[in-house]
Amino acid sequence: MNVVVCVKQIPDPAGTMKLDQSSHNLVREGKLILDESDSYGVEMGLQLAEQAGGGEVTLVSMAPNSETSGLRTALAMGAARAILVSDPGLAGTDALGTAKVLAAAIKRAEPDLILTATESTDGYTGTIPAQIAELLGMPSVTFSKKVTISGDNVTVERQTEEGYEEVEVPLPAVLSVTAGVVEPRYPSFKGIMAAKGKPVDELKVTDLGIDGSAVGASGARQEVTAVTPAEARKAGEIVTDDGDGFQQIISYLERIKVI
Amino acid sequence: MALNTIWVVVDRSGDKVASVALELLTKARQVAGTVEAITWGDASSIAGQVGAHGATALHTVGDTGGGLAGPPVAAAIAAKISSGTAPDAIFLAQSYNGRDIAGRLSARIDRPVLTNVVNLAEADGGLVSEHAIFGGTEILNARFTADLPGIYVIRAKSFGAEESGGGPAAVDTWEVPELGATGAARVVASHVEETAGPKLAEAAVVVSGGRGLGDAGSYKLIEDLAKLLKGAPGASRAIVDAGWVPYSHQVGQTGKTVKPTVYIACGISGATQHMVGMKSAKNIIAINKDQEAPIFNIADLGVVGDVKKVLPQLIEALQKRG
Repeated sequence: MNVVVCVKQIPDPAGTMKLDQSSHNLVREGKLILDESDSYGVEMGLQLAEQAGGGEVTLVSMAPNSETSGLRTALAMGAARAILVSDPGLAGTDALGTAKVLAAAIKRAEPDLILTATESTDGYTGTIPAQIAELLGMPSVTFSKKVTISGDNVTVERQTEEGYEEVEVPLPAVLSVTAGVVEPRYPSFKGIMAAKGKPVDELKVTDLGIDGSAVGASGARQEVTAVTPAEARKAGEIVTDDGDGFQQIISYLERIKVI
Repeated sequence: MALNTIWVVVDRSGDKVASVALELLTKARQVAGTVEAITWGDASSIAGQVGAHGATALHTVGDTGGGLAGPPVAAAIAAKISSGTAPDAIFLAQSYNGRDIAGRLSARIDRPVLTNVVNLAEADGGLVSEHAIFGGTEILNARFTADLPGIYVIRAKSFGAEESGGGPAAVDTWEVPELGATGAARVVASHVEETAGPKLAEAAVVVSGGRGLGDAGSYKLIEDLAKLLKGAPGASRAIVDAGWVPYSHQVGQTGKTVKPTVYIACGISGATQHMVGMKSAKNIIAINKDQEAPIFNIADLGVVGDVKKVLPQLIEALQKRG
């Protein structure tokens, strides 16, 4: 069973994120890391390939400046190879353009199963899994919290507003998996060393047969008209609990007439 | 009116219309002359409610035959558009089904999407969307430069739901083109995980717990306090991911958006993904050991202390009041 896991390499969310003043794109300078949301898909892909008794996990990523730091983390976890699409013409690409690029790259790997996160940590559009599935002409199950493979079928527990539903889907299919679906492994020292030698196939937009006008800022066909600071909430009262913190809460609840 | 026609995708669970759908219908009729609704399954049972919120027509793609809503709804809308009946905009909820439909529709008709929309304003004969970014500290406005229709995926509770006094929407059925492999997923069972008491998304009081609780067993403190205040228990993503509580309790970016009278955050540091789901609460009370926790920046009352000490005292005092 061959699995493709789509992974995003993002600026460290623990740092300060900012938008470029003129392009309004998220600033992606410096080292990028593997989006933690994607580590669950990587782990699940590795487990499913193992359970199926063979097959490989191929990573597919789109990132600026031939960035591979995040990919190396996932390769160190055990993925076999990566396809990286990196092209200056991709700056400002929106979700649909990204899905076009990822779908074209995924096709090269001819996978049985495609895994993604439900959304990225930095952009959180959350439409790319369904967009990829539609572009590839495949079924999809989003928000998968449990995945079981039996032969050519997958049974998925998919989150709903009230709980979850059990969904059966034939392969090949696209699944978006939630954080917490599996426990991502830490790369071993051996894994980290091995990752340095694993193949990363770097492609440009033209290699994928995609028209340059479908991607980048012009392909996005949307524009930011303004970015302004949000109205800040009025600063509240901060007290330190010296054994009477609960009294402060009771007084506040009385004041707003909740009790 | 900035726009002629808006189509609103009406998300539902059985015969129950999602409250966000009524919010979207209300906003749509404020900015467009004609509002039409699109749903799946039986339409007659919800035509009254949908019509009362401003839609003149309710189109259904019919029974999905156990399939998910995304592929048939997206395909039917795309077919209507390619046959020459296009609206100016399509509104969908930032829900599980809403995102599936929006994603597939976007790919089918080759139009971009604007997601996580929290407000819409008319400008220059079109719509400008508003998005809360970086945990709600900055507001970003955007608009499409693409050909119509624009696809807007809108967060719950961005608008109020108000009735228009309209009669039942006229019901008809939209044909679904052959879906091929895209429609192959089948729902074989559904499970409900809601707890007793008010629903999280609708409760006037929400008490949420986070990693500061220390262990799964301590979540009982959250449930007890919520019950005493006639509220609903919620959770941060961290403890849902850790398996302490079911996902249906999650408040935040990928979970529920809540707008209660009071939100009590217990042992929650306030990651941006959490704050986006609760920062519109009228009152915010936070209890956290770390006085540097970002949640204190938006709290009306912040108590720097251990939730495992403060909560039992608070529960006991409330129980004494009866």
